[in-house]
Amino acid sequence: MTTRAALFIGLSLATTVATAQEIRPGSAFLSPEMRRQQSDEARNPGFLWVEQGEELFSRRSGEAPACITCHADPERSLKGAATRYPQVDAGSGKLINLEGRIEQCRTQRQRQPAFGYESPELLGLTAYLASLSRGLPMSVTTDGAAKPYLDAGKAVYERRQGQLNLSCRQCHDDLVGEKLRGDTISHGVGTGYPAYRLEWNEVGSLHRRLRACSLGVRATQFDYGAPEYLALELYLAARAKGLPLESPGLRR
Amino acid sequence: MTAVVLACGTSARPAVALEPYAIAGDAIPAPLAGLSGDAQRGRAVVLDRTRGNCLICHRVPEPDEPFQGTIGPPLADVGARLDDGQLRLRLVDASLLNPETVMPPYFRTEGLRDVAPQFRGLPALNAQEIEDVVAYLARLRTP
Repeated sequence: MTTRAALFIGLSLATTVATAQEIRPGSAFLSPEMRRQQSDEARNPGFLWVEQGEELFSRRSGEAPACITCHADPERSLKGAATRYPQVDAGSGKLINLEGRIEQCRTQRQRQPAFGYESPELLGLTAYLASLSRGLPMSVTTDGAAKPYLDAGKAVYERRQGQLNLSCRQCHDDLVGEKLRGDTISHGVGTGYPAYRLEWNEVGSLHRRLRACSLGVRATQFDYGAPEYLALELYLAARAKGLPLESPGLRR
Repeated sequence: MTAVVLACGTSARPAVALEPYAIAGDAIPAPLAGLSGDAQRGRAVVLDRTRGNCLICHRVPEPDEPFQGTIGPPLADVGARLDDGQLRLRLVDASLLNPETVMPPYFRTEGLRDVAPQFRGLPALNAQEIEDVVAYLARLRTP
């Protein structure tokens, strides 16, 4: 914990993103008890998903190679990988998040049917890979081919939407720390996802969380993996540059 | 009101024609559609999480409601601060007073984007519900 805190402080100073010093991780808005629980692998229920993902990572299905066949020693070879998602996929030129990359490996390299968003397998693998970057600073690329996606995500973040006519920004920049019923409004950085949410009683993806926000303002819920949510995910990750990845987070 | 209709996508149903109203200063003096409000019904709308859900942002003197928001002003004395017409306008569309407001427009269907299909073309509250909430708020006079 102290190592992580020291690392976080060091990286905050080093980062060049102006906002990173003001923007706080989701855990900063938790009660001290929940914050301790999130840090404690034995008491954070999200680690059940991590364990399942770790097991799946080494499992072969049929003729297909296991993940670990290509990604040997994942604790070292994939350390930090999750901090660089979403990213533009070199092959397709499209924005892809960690879930999308896992599904791409699954369908194109392992030649197996996609798991699908919110399946236990995809959540487990995503949580496992994210956990390998726990405490490391978010470091998505935002220039070059990523720039148009970043701009699109910023536009989604800033535009009013839904019958209640609210933008993400109005709450997650302008009203941070205020109470929405019993909940404290956070900066909404998403670095804890996949996260175990008490409201869900299970681990869910960031896009599931975004869909809940859409519903909250009575706006269209885009599909899991939709371009709007992918672009927003990149913008949120860009806002969080330098903040420690916290997945599996513990959230209310 | 001269709200411009922005692209709302395809509507699931034809927009309900909202009852017209006249603005005077920062108020809508006349009850919507000439309806009279009922404070008890208004209280139910205010507390109901699927209708007004006002407590997500505001505090009201309701000791049995433990989770009340801190975003909007407390409403304990709102009936002493604002008259019926002023309350009505702030419920109908607070952005008429402040374009940057976070207060949702409760009686407006135009100029909204990406509205969920089940709410398209509908105001968040209907004219009777607005009048009922006005009646409830007008009775809150003790800070």
